[in-house]
Amino acid sequence: MARTGTYSLQCPIPKSEHEHILMAHGGGGKLTNQLIEKMFYTGLGNEFLMQGHDGAFLPAIKGQLAFTTDSFVVNPIFFPGGDIGDLAINGTVNDLVCCGAKPLYISLAFILEEGFLLEELWKVVQSIGNAALTAGVKIVTGDTKVVEKGKGDRIFINTTGIGQVLPGLNIAPIRCKEGDVVIINGTIGDHGISIMLTREGLALDSPVESDTMPLNGMMQEVFKRQPDIHVLRDPTRGGLASALNEICQSSGTGITLFENVLPVNNGVRGACELMGFDPLYIANEGKILVILPEEHAGEVLAIMRSHDEGRESRIIGRVTATHPGILHLETTIGTTRIIDMISGEQLPRIC
Amino acid sequence: MRFARWGKQMKHIDEYRNRDLVNNLSRKIRKEVTRKWTIMEICGGQTHSIMKYGLMQILPSEITLIHGPGCPVCVTPVEMIDRAIALGEYPEVILTSFGDMLRVPGSHTDLLRVKALGGDIRMVYSPLDVLDIAAGNPGKQVVFFAVGFETTAPAVAMAIKEARKRNLENFSVLISHVLVPPAIEALLSSEDNRIDGFLAAGHVCTVMGTYEYIPVAEKYKVPIVVTGFEPVDILLGIYRTLQMLEQQRYGVENAYPRSVRAEGNRAAQKILGEVFEPTDRNWRGIGTIPISGFRLADGYRKFDAVLRFNLQHMESEESGSCIAGAILTGQKKPSDCMSFGSSCTPEKPLGAPMVSSEGACAAYYRYNRAAIPNQRN
Repeated sequence: MARTGTYSLQCPIPKSEHEHILMAHGGGGKLTNQLIEKMFYTGLGNEFLMQGHDGAFLPAIKGQLAFTTDSFVVNPIFFPGGDIGDLAINGTVNDLVCCGAKPLYISLAFILEEGFLLEELWKVVQSIGNAALTAGVKIVTGDTKVVEKGKGDRIFINTTGIGQVLPGLNIAPIRCKEGDVVIINGTIGDHGISIMLTREGLALDSPVESDTMPLNGMMQEVFKRQPDIHVLRDPTRGGLASALNEICQSSGTGITLFENVLPVNNGVRGACELMGFDPLYIANEGKILVILPEEHAGEVLAIMRSHDEGRESRIIGRVTATHPGILHLETTIGTTRIIDMISGEQLPRIC
Repeated sequence: MRFARWGKQMKHIDEYRNRDLVNNLSRKIRKEVTRKWTIMEICGGQTHSIMKYGLMQILPSEITLIHGPGCPVCVTPVEMIDRAIALGEYPEVILTSFGDMLRVPGSHTDLLRVKALGGDIRMVYSPLDVLDIAAGNPGKQVVFFAVGFETTAPAVAMAIKEARKRNLENFSVLISHVLVPPAIEALLSSEDNRIDGFLAAGHVCTVMGTYEYIPVAEKYKVPIVVTGFEPVDILLGIYRTLQMLEQQRYGVENAYPRSVRAEGNRAAQKILGEVFEPTDRNWRGIGTIPISGFRLADGYRKFDAVLRFNLQHMESEESGSCIAGAILTGQKKPSDCMSFGSSCTPEKPLGAPMVSSEGACAAYYRYNRAAIPNQRN
């Protein structure tokens, strides 16, 4: 889904005398340099990264900054709809978007396991390059460490991002108010189920692809045209249920979700029935919850629906004063129940 | 694995969550009921459906639903959990189990903690997957912790039979399988029994059929209605039970015919009969119920992990403040427990019913704790 196809870096792997990552690739010497120059500069290069310092010198940014970090340990590293590379960029981009910021610069750190195939690393690097181009962010600094075989799991990535908070925005859970509505930009549970199905080797007739994608394009337009947004949250680990529970708890308001309008695609529903999961708790990587006054909902929905990332945007819930701090679901049969935070770990290493 | 035409099957499920059908059944139940009745749903899966869909909100106040012992994780005795923990701590063992078992407290710890400290404990979805783990790790002993009712027992039996065929010497099973009909009989024969009718577990009956329940229904003169798991199924089960109660009839009826046949699944029963034999079992919180579980039959005993690792004599102790026994026999509701939601939560469970995805306490906590008037959270 995230594959916009606008940019494509389908280069063959840069020539190297080694097929696998060796301890020396993280040793700071010749092999480290080869990796940086042949792979990272080729795949990700820009004027800041190419400065070649210990860190990047960045131009001054006007106004408030948003700053976020995230680590990615997803297993498997390649899955339908994406891989650990675009996930690492999109995840950090979307965290900045949820602060009401325009994502600008990203740092990129790899922890590689000895023996990891350079060809696979190249695939990941190309995917990172594509994702950064699509999102319009620059990878400005990075790091590579190698751990002994068996001490890691092929590749872990950390990304840290800086964004410029757009003037006039005031996004905070505390602003969640009675009468606000909750919008989501599409189906829930796709990322987590795609990982799960890949891991378990299950194939459904309705294929499930990860929804990993950057949401800054769509949301910049929303911010520009309707800055009166109260809360934004990307429902990643723990899914919709955990994200909205956090908002209920920190704002002290209640939220009621309407089960009959929750968008869940057939493959996800089928897999959840089969494995005993609830889509409300499954991770998303290209979804955003927008909480805003009802009078702006029509305008914002129209903007969101005009973008590929938000074609299926809809109102799925409402903020209420009747059950403060608690998330409710109005079920398809007309009864209500609470939706709790997830307890324990439903699906480990999902991102 | 491939699941054909999933879209159509999903539509099939939607029909059993249909609001009009639910309302229609709810109206019929209200029209039929003339006095107070207490109905027990045996299966924890049904308890969760009831809580998840808030079905108690649409039932008349005359009907009290109480939640039965049909949660395999909940009734697995603490000494079995302690044995699994001991196995998980052996460096030469790979212990495999369904996910829910990992969080159930034993006497002193649980399997998740053992795993965090380096025990090789793996969650599996099918006992047959364990055979591949055994084949791929010839230098290790691979044990499957087999808990559950008649529903999961055939897959375990198949795995054991297959292990014998493949000569997998490093595979064994910690068996804690239990059976539903003896548990119903134990509840009915108890002095303080207040159950007027039962919803029997549809999945168990899919395997075992309905004939085992006829003598129980006749001996204790109770209605037993085989019931499914979706909202419409459960309301239909309640309606059929109610009709029998109001008309003073007893016996076994099948309100889940799309899955259950009177004779059950003969092939599954055959393999159960070959690999297992009935035995007395200790049920956590309830006590020993005669002929209420499975052990390995002659010819398969060498796969018994208790014998292989000499685990017959282990001292176990129960947490004092958990009232799991009263919960599992329907004497009390989770909300009656002083520890519920305060010192006992899914993150820090005092007993198994708060852990399992089929446990009554977990269902109340997850779906309905805000509605509980005496909440001390």
